Amino acid sequence: MAGKVKWVTDIEKSVLINNFEKRGWVQVTENEDWNFYWMSVQTIRNVFSVETGYRLSDDQIVNHFPNHYELTRKDLMVKNIKRYRKELEKEGSPLAEKDESGKYLYLDFVPVTYMLPADYNLFVEEFRKSPSSTWIMKPCGKAQGKGIFLINKLSQIKKWSRDSKTSSFMTQSTKEAYVISLYINNPLLIGGRKFDLRLYVLVSTYRPLRCYMYKLGFCRFCTVKYTPSTSELDNMFVHLTNVAIQKHGEDYNHIHGGKWTVNNLRLYLESTRGKEVTGKLFDEIHWIIVQSLKAVAPVMNNDKHCFECYGYDIIIDDKLKPWLIEVPVPCDLAPGHPTASLRSCPAPTLRPQAGVGGDEGGRMRTDDQVNASPSLTSSTANDRILKYNLINDTLNIAVPNGEIPDCKWNKSPPREVLGNYEILYDEELAQGDGADRELRSRPGQSLGPKGSRLRDAGRTVLTTWK
Amino acid sequence: MLQEESDLSLIIAQIVQKLKGSNLYAQLERQAWASLQRPEIKLESLKEDIKEFFKISGWEKKLQNAVYSELSVFPLPSHPAAPPEHLKEPLVYMRKAQGSWEKRILKSLNSMCTELSIPLARKRPVGEQKELLNKWNEMGTDEPDLSLFRPVYAPKDFLEVLINLRNPNYENGDSLSFRTHLGLIQVPLKVKDIPELKEFFVELGLTTGQLGIDDSTQVPPELFENEHVRIGQKVLTEQDSAAAQQYIRQGSPTALRAELWALILNISSHPEDILYYEQLKTNVIQHDLLVDSLIYKDVKLTASNDDYYFVFEDYLYQVLLCFSRDTSVLSHFAYNSASPPKSYIRGKLGLEEYAVFYPPNGVIPFHGFSMYVAPLCFLYHEPSKLYQIFREMYVRFFFRLHSISSHPSGIVSLCLLFETLLQTYLPQLFYHLREIGAQPLRISFKWMVRAFSGYLATDQLLLLWDRILGYNSLEILAVLAAAVFAFRAVNLMEVTSLAAAEKCNFILKIAAY
Repeated sequence: MAGKVKWVTDIEKSVLINNFEKRGWVQVTENEDWNFYWMSVQTIRNVFSVETGYRLSDDQIVNHFPNHYELTRKDLMVKNIKRYRKELEKEGSPLAEKDESGKYLYLDFVPVTYMLPADYNLFVEEFRKSPSSTWIMKPCGKAQGKGIFLINKLSQIKKWSRDSKTSSFMTQSTKEAYVISLYINNPLLIGGRKFDLRLYVLVSTYRPLRCYMYKLGFCRFCTVKYTPSTSELDNMFVHLTNVAIQKHGEDYNHIHGGKWTVNNLRLYLESTRGKEVTGKLFDEIHWIIVQSLKAVAPVMNNDKHCFECYGYDIIIDDKLKPWLIEVPVPCDLAPGHPTASLRSCPAPTLRPQAGVGGDEGGRMRTDDQVNASPSLTSSTANDRILKYNLINDTLNIAVPNGEIPDCKWNKSPPREVLGNYEILYDEELAQGDGADRELRSRPGQSLGPKGSRLRDAGRTVLTTWK
Repeated sequence: MLQEESDLSLIIAQIVQKLKGSNLYAQLERQAWASLQRPEIKLESLKEDIKEFFKISGWEKKLQNAVYSELSVFPLPSHPAAPPEHLKEPLVYMRKAQGSWEKRILKSLNSMCTELSIPLARKRPVGEQKELLNKWNEMGTDEPDLSLFRPVYAPKDFLEVLINLRNPNYENGDSLSFRTHLGLIQVPLKVKDIPELKEFFVELGLTTGQLGIDDSTQVPPELFENEHVRIGQKVLTEQDSAAAQQYIRQGSPTALRAELWALILNISSHPEDILYYEQLKTNVIQHDLLVDSLIYKDVKLTASNDDYYFVFEDYLYQVLLCFSRDTSVLSHFAYNSASPPKSYIRGKLGLEEYAVFYPPNGVIPFHGFSMYVAPLCFLYHEPSKLYQIFREMYVRFFFRLHSISSHPSGIVSLCLLFETLLQTYLPQLFYHLREIGAQPLRISFKWMVRAFSGYLATDQLLLLWDRILGYNSLEILAVLAAAVFAFRAVNLMEVTSLAAAEKCNFILKIAAY
């Protein structure tokens, strides 16, 4: 049936709307019959909530998994990864192998993290082991660098110890919930500046896991030179790479936005460090993305109406080891951006956070429980093009041929529509290759040069490990 | 026969003369003395034994590389009676044009100086010196007020000068014929035609593998890439400059490029070189030059806004500020048609004893100058090495892009080559563009002057510069410029204005190689 796809969104962003319109799709409201709903994280909660949720029919697709917060909330992500590691260890899987000091050989990709206030005592124990270390405090429910600060003394976080309630994550006191992680104070510096990597990953299904990596990720640089000196611990321009923070810096440049493409990074590293170590670094990055998805796959509600595009934030340290920082979902409005118009979404009225608001005035909208996330806002012209193409390629994969979706399809798009995406991991394909592959390939072990590297559509699927 | 022999001995004598003053000579001498300890060196056959020792220990190779380097850089001596100006530039009218262009630049610089009442140079007070030393690694932040400074000149100003170049001995008549050159350059220099270019660039032929094309993901690496990389590693192990130069004509693997370029340019980082760089740094700290502000302004206007190079902003200051104080650069003026500007100590105008070269390296930066350095930051992150590589690239190649000369790699010849190629092989396009007031050279000039830096994606730019090094010639820039027009010919035929033509070619940055 060649009806036109009917779309709804509660996010007024041109990169989205232009993509819908160019496919000839028809805009409708959420009360009408729709096929495709690009929704904010608030809305997804309503759609799938026990009280108000509704059943989606076979020709309806949404852009979030119901409990995506298992991955996108900082504390839950860490919890899931820890659980996954323990499970592997119990099974005796070689992936969970540890070295002499008890560190996981292949699964040590998240900095040591604790939840506060719940794990306060555990944290103190760890802190005392290396008292000169720096830790980073991040509020669970916020994004774009808001509320983050660094500490190097226990006294700076005393107030979390006084809270004796061990609350569950879904109640009121989550507004005080923080994660505290060991700060990576030896990041790889280029031009003396700290940067992080933002990579986009599309997941079409969790079981079997099928995910795609967008080839055009980027690096975000700080405008100020990095220094680990304790006197600059408060200077967020040195430490936080979020564009939302950096763009208020004196030296922020609106032409390039402090961003580099991942290809530039690759060229630079290959030229200055060599091809092997660079290849190894990128293999490891792919590895940690896939492992993190595998970690949440068992708990993720693999609703067939869903797909999701995540933005992975990764930091590389000066030993060329990648660390997973967090996985926000790029979908919300960025407060204060000139092209953003506030749309009220069908969600319960939100109370503004204490201490939040600041220079953004009343236009900001934050969320109690779920990460407000990095945005579809474009800070530069290049950015706009990137986000437009990202949405375009995402839609091509999620909604094949731009036709009315049918959730019964096998979610296996043909190679040609991938655009700038590449298959990162396809569990079905991987399993079909035989179980003996599992032991052969590990990140860091030398594979054939084409074995596990991200390559064009003409080559084999990315990974050979399970 | 006799002439050739005497030419050869002249060349040998010159090179020996040059090398005698170099570091390498001192090292060889030391090595020779030290080798006397070795058991295989016998007094009876001292000369042969030492020669043999040098061969085995790799010193002969170093000497070979040094000789090769000299041959590549210095033009061969011509007629023994030729005055030194001939080495700079044999044609009188070119020399004259360069001279008057220099006068204009200097005038512009001096008037800026007077307007702003800033001295050309001054010693920094101690407090300021300390501050600068602290800020050495982040000079990009907190810059001085540069709003009153303007670049001394921009490429388009230079283009106007080139357009007006005329050979007073050349009469081509007023009548138009099919031989009439349609382009902007109206001087009769000899440029290569396609058959000659094909021969010159034989390694770039369709049947030879190239990096950047034949190592793309669609091509199995066994066909070309693997072997090429293996040869590259071998070349590096042998440390042979000439072999490296030959090898790089097919492009350099990214991981080997930094070393290969250093080998070809004969740069090795000895403690003396690092010390020299530190000395230059001290000069920067102690004295402030007017050109420093010009450099600052240029970096802020160009590299800081470039999405490939903004990361390296601070390196650019560290290199360029030192460069302008490096008097060793003055030696390249022996074969550069340009001459370093002279300045006089205050109050002593005209008195030769009080003349100094200004800036100390004799090179006045123009708008876009910092883009010569920027791509190198992708290869070298050690400031003194980065500095050495840049300096050598400048005195071998880049200086030709902004001085008026008849050299085949000089900008005048490149422009003429570009226009001739276009007119010969795409006459319809050339005519059309000319008719709509979009002379092709007006679009491609800035690409060539900057050696495409900032106009090509870095990985492609480095592949292009590989070929500049490999062929020891800048002609590839003109060929590439013409190729871009050929590539865009269909679109260009449809445009109706210069602005549209510019836009059409702007996609160069993402265009195919």
